[in-house]
Amino acid sequence: MTIDLHPNIDENLVQILEEVADPEIPVLTVMDMGVIREAVARDGVVYIKLTPTYSGCPAMDVISDDLTAAFKKHGMEARVELVLAPAWTTDWMSEAGKRKMEAYGIAPPLEETADKDALLGNARIVKCTNCGSTNTRLLSQFGSTACKALFQCDDCQEPFDYFKCLK
Amino acid sequence: MKNQDLYIYILGIADNSLILGQRLGELCGHGPSLETDIALTNIALDLFGQTRSYYRYAASLAGEGKTEDDVAMLRIERDYRNVLLVEQPNTHFGHVIARQYLFDVFHFQLMTALVDSNDETLAAVAAKGIKEVGYHKRFSGDWLKRLGDGTGESHEKMQEAIDHFWPYIAELFDTTESDERMIESGVGVDVATFRESYYSEVTDQLKEATLTVPENPYSKKGGKQGVHSEHMGYILTELQYMQRTYPNLTW
Repeated sequence: MTIDLHPNIDENLVQILEEVADPEIPVLTVMDMGVIREAVARDGVVYIKLTPTYSGCPAMDVISDDLTAAFKKHGMEARVELVLAPAWTTDWMSEAGKRKMEAYGIAPPLEETADKDALLGNARIVKCTNCGSTNTRLLSQFGSTACKALFQCDDCQEPFDYFKCLK
Repeated sequence: MKNQDLYIYILGIADNSLILGQRLGELCGHGPSLETDIALTNIALDLFGQTRSYYRYAASLAGEGKTEDDVAMLRIERDYRNVLLVEQPNTHFGHVIARQYLFDVFHFQLMTALVDSNDETLAAVAAKGIKEVGYHKRFSGDWLKRLGDGTGESHEKMQEAIDHFWPYIAELFDTTESDERMIESGVGVDVATFRESYYSEVTDQLKEATLTVPENPYSKKGGKQGVHSEHMGYILTELQYMQRTYPNLTW
């Protein structure tokens, strides 16, 4: 089975999709997160395929409702379907999204090998979102939501969230 | 029902996650530290998320307008297919970690194999779940080592917990008749294929944690056939309370 990793999104729908924010990280849109896998208009109805970041992500129901509401505001009906395959990966997050995330106070995901080193405590490489130091350490592999781990900076002492790499 | 075997096969996987998630949920606000409390409830959330996908699929097979909630909440004890291991009480943190670790290693190998199922839905849920279960295994494995190779008291408690749960792991590798028919059709996973690698991985990690590998030939089984330990009734009483008290309640 070949899997198309490029989402099939109609150009003219992007603007409306960008109005919908992730309820857990409100500075990011669903487009930044890469959770929209398809958005096509057919016969006046917008069909959207949404994929969860983590299986138990409670934000999915909210995002689904928000999408329907956003299109309704523009006089369009949207039908949202949840799809599991292919499974979401942090690679689908946009670069702009990662920068916004960092400015918001959440360290964006590192690439896979570096992520493993960081989460196993082998390397001090996650950059503190407060002072920029990499003299940081893992407090817990699990943070305030399923997608994050908790770190602390040993220079400025601030604790902060790190968005885990998921591949 | 058009595919009774598949329905039961799905429950055999999903019920483990539901009941273990429920057990971990009991620790919400009661974990030994804030970080472990959050970690354990995060794991519960992952398990519930996976469970929802399985139950949604099972409900579609059951027909008659059944929903994922019906499948999760409205069965009687005998119809739950989880292994006895996951329904055992939290007792103390060592027990929570031992139960979790022994399950996580199995769960990870099961998901790894299930990705190749010729059932697209099961393969998709597994492909999603495997990334999460990898984190669970890392968490429980780390704590196993930390407590096993920790202080005198933590070592003793961890050993006692491993000894306590050891008789329950044989059931993980039992196959029911439904399982066998599903394996034959290429949907199900033959757990016997990774039994040896399970025991060798667990043995290596127990040794690293300075723990003794139990030599108890006795095993406790029954859950996969719907015959549960006395703890199960209490779990279901709490889990199903709202639906039993206020039938068809929604919010």
